[in-house]
Amino acid sequence: MPATITRTPVNVERKDPGTGGKPPVHHRPTGGGGDGDNWDNRPPGRRGPREMLARYRMLLFFALAGDMMFFAVIVLAFFFQQRAVRIDPASALLLDWKPLALPPVLWINTALLLLSSLTMELARRHLFREIDVMEEWLGLGKPTSRRAAPWLIVTSTLGCLFLVGQWIAWKQLSAEGVYFASNPSSHFFYLITAAHGLHLVLGVLALLSAGMALLWAKRIEVRQIAIDCAAWYWHAMGLFWLALFGLLVYGQ
Amino acid sequence: MMQNSLQQKSWLRRCFFTTAHRVVGVQYLLLAMAAVLCGTLLSLLMRIHLVWPHANWPGHGPMRPEEYLALVTVHGTLMIYFVLTAAPQNGLASWILPAQIGTRRMALPRLNALSFWIILLSLLVLLAAFFVAGGAPISGWTAYPPLSALASAGPGQAAGMDLWLLAIALFCAGSLLSAISVIATVLTRRAPGMGWMRLPLTVWSWFTGACMILPSYGVLLVADGMLFSDRHLGTAFFLPAQSLVNGQVLHHVANGDPLLWLHLFWFFGHPEVYIAILPAMGLASCLLENFSRRPPISYRTMVGCTLAIATLGFAVWGHHMFVSGMNPYASQSFNLTTIAIAVPSTIEVILWLATVMGGGLERSTPLLFTLGFLSLFIAGGATGPVLAQPVLDAYLHNTYFVVAHFHLILGMAGVFALFAAVYYWFPLLTGRKMSERLGRWHFWLTLVGAYAVFFPMHFAGLAGEPRHYAQLTGTAAYLARLVPLQAGITHAAFLLSTAQLFFVWNLLRSLRHGELCGLNPWRATTLEWDETDPIQP
Repeated sequence: MPATITRTPVNVERKDPGTGGKPPVHHRPTGGGGDGDNWDNRPPGRRGPREMLARYRMLLFFALAGDMMFFAVIVLAFFFQQRAVRIDPASALLLDWKPLALPPVLWINTALLLLSSLTMELARRHLFREIDVMEEWLGLGKPTSRRAAPWLIVTSTLGCLFLVGQWIAWKQLSAEGVYFASNPSSHFFYLITAAHGLHLVLGVLALLSAGMALLWAKRIEVRQIAIDCAAWYWHAMGLFWLALFGLLVYGQ
Repeated sequence: MMQNSLQQKSWLRRCFFTTAHRVVGVQYLLLAMAAVLCGTLLSLLMRIHLVWPHANWPGHGPMRPEEYLALVTVHGTLMIYFVLTAAPQNGLASWILPAQIGTRRMALPRLNALSFWIILLSLLVLLAAFFVAGGAPISGWTAYPPLSALASAGPGQAAGMDLWLLAIALFCAGSLLSAISVIATVLTRRAPGMGWMRLPLTVWSWFTGACMILPSYGVLLVADGMLFSDRHLGTAFFLPAQSLVNGQVLHHVANGDPLLWLHLFWFFGHPEVYIAILPAMGLASCLLENFSRRPPISYRTMVGCTLAIATLGFAVWGHHMFVSGMNPYASQSFNLTTIAIAVPSTIEVILWLATVMGGGLERSTPLLFTLGFLSLFIAGGATGPVLAQPVLDAYLHNTYFVVAHFHLILGMAGVFALFAAVYYWFPLLTGRKMSERLGRWHFWLTLVGAYAVFFPMHFAGLAGEPRHYAQLTGTAAYLARLVPLQAGITHAAFLLSTAQLFFVWNLLRSLRHGELCGLNPWRATTLEWDETDPIQP
């Protein structure tokens, strides 16, 4: 790899010796090498699959932090508009916001989503069970995939059921004559459920691709990363829904 | 190996539909050049109309005021998004960043390439707005409701506004993808030994910019969607209960608040200007330390200031809203955070000046443009704390003073840094240097032109001329004494635009006939110039 590095003059191989300073140093403290057994002593980026997993996770958390902002803005706008008043001709202050009666099916949906987070966590843990990983390492089949796959299927089914449940909630509301455009509260109900539903559709797609990784990816690291990232995304969507549902139930 | 596989692919696969980070980066820069060309032409049309409002345009007749506003809108949108964000943040990061941290590719190359194509689509959608019924939107790049939410508010507010919203949504999506791939690259693909405190300052600024894109563009995306649903799905997020538009009272379902849009938009909008200028600041650090042949003065302070600017950048959005009827106490706190953000910016400027003063400078065009950046950054920055005072802003808000401020510090400073980047990294692409002689002509004419165009605008603003006024006649006749000043600015704008022909000529000529230089013509120590890298031309 490249031999020149900008920072830390001590470690620069100087091509231009005219500027003074310390002499070139051949030994680099972070250059790798040394004992081959302890991976933690290797340079960053060469510490094996665990490190790769950690980095993908970190990446996902960055993306989720941005996503959290997306929902946070909707929540802020919710409170902003909830307090919006208008002045009628008699100079009285009127609140436009009519609290929305939530369809009870949402509680079932919430329970389904929580349950799916649980099953997803089980699937995720199966990918990291030491005995199974060791068996794979010895070349005795793919026990981690075998054990995780059913849980993944259950999770996807529960996720789809949640989406169907949300659709039912929309149908019930529109049967009562509450549409997107009816009232500020219904603006936000539909906005929140639609934005979250869209994220969950992406989540189901992520679960499906993780399932394909379980089937076809040979290296266990790849399968671990696929399932792990899908799982954390799924948990985050569950958490976001809890917060948003809490807002809809108690915030109105 | 990689080079061979690149050569085996067809020309189309190598130059267009590729995931190679260098090609994607250069594609971004070409897109920005197309956008800056359009934007400049629009601004010249605006300048001509402002001074000679009755001019007859061939095949069109005199320009109508709403057409002037459409020019304003598209000029601003092009320059802010497609030039000052797409080029320094997405483009340069894609072109240079992987090499500077010692890797051959981005962490998510397909995502990175996809981001370019989405942004290209977004540009085409935006420009298409000129060709639909009613033309381009007239509500400025900030698109304040309620007028941006009502199709009847003006000729461009129907189909044109919809296309604008679509373009912005696409741009958000593309930028988010690009930011994720920049963050992933810096986090996962640094070469062994490339620790955080050894990253070039350019990499720090791209990384920080990408981290700012994640939360801010998400907010714009939400606001954009809400505005769209106000327009087409009958909601009233931003629409007040009644509005009087063109003599008609329009009733809406609820009493939404246009102020909500201002909060959401500026919560995106202010971080956005730092996203645009941080890469330029990183570039200035990088080039100054290289041409003064010394390591950066207080590297850690520079990094800390970059991060401080990014953090504080999310807490100053209210200074765009002092006259919006916001709570005065809120104005006071936004004033404080705005003054606070001047501190890390000033520290960076002082460190740059110290670098320049202490080192024996090697004269070259990239250095000249970096010094030009520095000069414009200081000149434009000086009026920042002025506008941050709610009392002064009450008078200066929406006047040419603001126009002068952000064109100097964001527009001109950002473009000077881009020029510096092109002159500096051109040999990386071609193995040839751009002509120094033409470069100097370009620099001095552009510097004089930039000040001649934008500095007098301070006086127009102090004299009370509002921005967005299409002409200084009729009801605006009280401003007629400013016409000579504006005429001078228009002439200077022609000088400034013409000077860019030196750049274009230099660029085209140097592709074939530039002076051949070695692999590392500037004797730089950053890794993109590494001579042992087999992908080097």
